[in-house]
Amino acid sequence: MNSISALIVDDSSVMRKIVERSLRQAGMDLKQVLEAANGAEALGILNDNLVDIILCDINMPVMDGLEFIKQLPTVVNAKGVPVIMITTEGSEAHVVQAISAGARGYIRKPFTAEQVKEQILPILAGKP
Amino acid sequence: MTPASAVSAASGDPASWTPLLEEAAREVFDLMLSSSLTRSAKADQEVPGVTAMVGLAGRLCGLLSIRCSRKTAALMASKMLAMEMSEADDEVFDAFGEVGNMVAGNFKNKVPGLGDGCMLSVPTVVTGTDYSLHSTTAVPAIELHLLFENLLVSIALQISE
Repeated sequence: MNSISALIVDDSSVMRKIVERSLRQAGMDLKQVLEAANGAEALGILNDNLVDIILCDINMPVMDGLEFIKQLPTVVNAKGVPVIMITTEGSEAHVVQAISAGARGYIRKPFTAEQVKEQILPILAGKP
Repeated sequence: MTPASAVSAASGDPASWTPLLEEAAREVFDLMLSSSLTRSAKADQEVPGVTAMVGLAGRLCGLLSIRCSRKTAALMASKMLAMEMSEADDEVFDAFGEVGNMVAGNFKNKVPGLGDGCMLSVPTVVTGTDYSLHSTTAVPAIELHLLFENLLVSIALQISE
């Protein structure tokens, strides 16, 4: 797999680090990892940067993950970039809400690097 | 606010939630900290210096809290980040809050009917010991005392009526 750029959106800096570590443990070659503490920050980052994948929490202050996905189409750089939700909100309704809003995958916390790999690799490989 | 009795009718008796709460905590520590929790008979092994609190609202209203010593919380951060304790010091409260958040989320997802009908607050971490939690309900809290790396971690779920 080619090296990728990832944007990790979570209000917890600890979770951002854990997600990055999980990506590396899953065998991803990360050329760049960008971080945002909420959806609004993430939109700002995407205005100036191109990424291959976005991993996003749902419950965040300022702008939550679902609102962030809804606003993503307004960012030219984000067109076609897959979004994976990583969240404690693991109910079916939340999954449906996230997928309806445009998320391509959903990982419940707590998670393993293997679960991250299973979700992300097919998406990066272009599989539906 | 939905009374606890309504939740219990839909989701089982809250008194039977102790094993689910323990399972939720064990999974978080196992997957995110690579540590197994064991049962502790003692509740007074160490003076808790840090408390993480996560509010629940919706079909179940209440507060989940996790208490432990500052040293225990530092060890959790160290384990979560796979760093030495000294390196992880700046992240102790963030990590501890996330542990609370994940235990609360994992617990509610295990109780039938709660996953979709109950929201979590962002976690709040309180340091120090000179405080009291006052509940508006007479329902006794579900309490668990567990050992993480031989250090006491107390988890309580206070349900509001």
